[in-house]
Amino acid sequence: MIEVDGLAFHYPDDTAVFEGFSWRVAPGEAWAVLGLSGGGKTTLLYLIAGLRLPVQGTVRIGGEPILRPRPQTGLILQDFGLLPWATVRDNVALGLRIRGFYGPDGKHAPAGEAVTARREITQAWLDRLGLSRVADSFPGQISGGQRQRTAIARTLSLQPDLLLMDEPFASLDAPTREDLQNLTLQLRAETGLTTVVVTHTIEEAALLGAQVLLLGQLPNRTAHIIPNPGGADPAFHTSPRYTKACALLRRELEAVR
Amino acid sequence: MKRTSVLLAAVALLIGWQIAAWMVNRPILPPPLEVLTIFATEIFGELGLDFLASLGRVVASMALAVATAVPAGLALGQMPALNRIFSPVIYILYPIPKVVLVPVILLFLGISDLAKVVIIFLILFFQILVLVRDQAAALRAELVASVRSLGAGRRALFRFVYYPASLPAILTALRQSIGTAVAVLYVAELFATQRGLGYYIYLHGSTLFDYPRMYAGVVAMSLLGLGLYFGVDWLQRRLCPWQFAS
Repeated sequence: MIEVDGLAFHYPDDTAVFEGFSWRVAPGEAWAVLGLSGGGKTTLLYLIAGLRLPVQGTVRIGGEPILRPRPQTGLILQDFGLLPWATVRDNVALGLRIRGFYGPDGKHAPAGEAVTARREITQAWLDRLGLSRVADSFPGQISGGQRQRTAIARTLSLQPDLLLMDEPFASLDAPTREDLQNLTLQLRAETGLTTVVVTHTIEEAALLGAQVLLLGQLPNRTAHIIPNPGGADPAFHTSPRYTKACALLRRELEAVR
Repeated sequence: MKRTSVLLAAVALLIGWQIAAWMVNRPILPPPLEVLTIFATEIFGELGLDFLASLGRVVASMALAVATAVPAGLALGQMPALNRIFSPVIYILYPIPKVVLVPVILLFLGISDLAKVVIIFLILFFQILVLVRDQAAALRAELVASVRSLGAGRRALFRFVYYPASLPAILTALRQSIGTAVAVLYVAELFATQRGLGYYIYLHGSTLFDYPRMYAGVVAMSLLGLGLYFGVDWLQRRLCPWQFAS
């Protein structure tokens, strides 16, 4: 699914974030990317999303080199991703409207299939994520959890095959966060999506990733991978192995500091 | 603002005017009824034509200012390098009272309509430029990134992000500068023209000493300013409902 080969990337101040970095993600896998702030987690996600371009090396998805955002890749950010001037309904419909705006040109939208039934698709996702009651509110009027649900609905209504999330639940309170983590796993199970979740929280990495990529000291040269066999399953949260998995991740994270 | 309170305020002002007219008791302050009667007939004659001439100049200036200041403001707001070059220039030009440029512009552009449009344009241009620039600069990079990830290229970003993001700034700038624009229009219409409310007021006040007509002109000019202000206010409520949602 994702093939990162010999990737090099530098921050604008010339700090090398990645140097000869390679990594593979197979279709349907659930990954968490764990690391400290400034360790290149978000940069990696933006490179995969086609919002940044590597200095050297390639990022390919399904064999295609990524030179611009790919229509079948969904991206959900921690905050500020919704249009403040559009209602929840219009925010959910935004991706479909953009597809309609360009038509199925293969560049901004997948080739071959024009968007039809935008209203119905939007309404179905509003219903699915429990947003119908706030559909006519603006993002500033709803809770943080509802805002992230809106972002998820907007992204999934485009039927992506790859979902990238950058600290998606970091600004939410604990019950809302758990709720949305479970929702993410459920939707993953329903759609067979490949997921890559960037997080600085050990518990979130253990819950959402069946494999964990650890990013540590700059520049990142090798992919430090920790298998987490119980992860990406809502039931894992309550199993005793979950605590062990967290302890393992904590030790590994300490080691790269 | 509630409609009834606005109406009440208007009635209170008219009563104040009437009382003042009684106290002054001289032709230089005719009572409101006399002025409004003349206004009601004149507005379908000379006064109406002058009103339309003034309105046309303001609307043309507004259109020109929006068409040029919005793209410029968006570009400056989204390109910090460009803004670093131009921001000192804008910093110096922005506070200059543009009305002092009236004689200069008349020298260069003559006594045409264009000169009057350009003067008002200059006032509106800087106001819109600065507000749109600051609004565009405040757009979160995360917002642009996530809309790009939905497939938006340059055109869709303009349509779905930059245009709606700058709309409140445009309308706020227009609302704030309409008073100044109409005031400067008055000054501009005192010079070498035979059409426009400025000319109408000046002609009846200082040349013909027809005070009720002069006041009718003042009423028309006030209504022009008020009408444009309320019009923009109404547009803002229609086009930017999120600003008024609690």
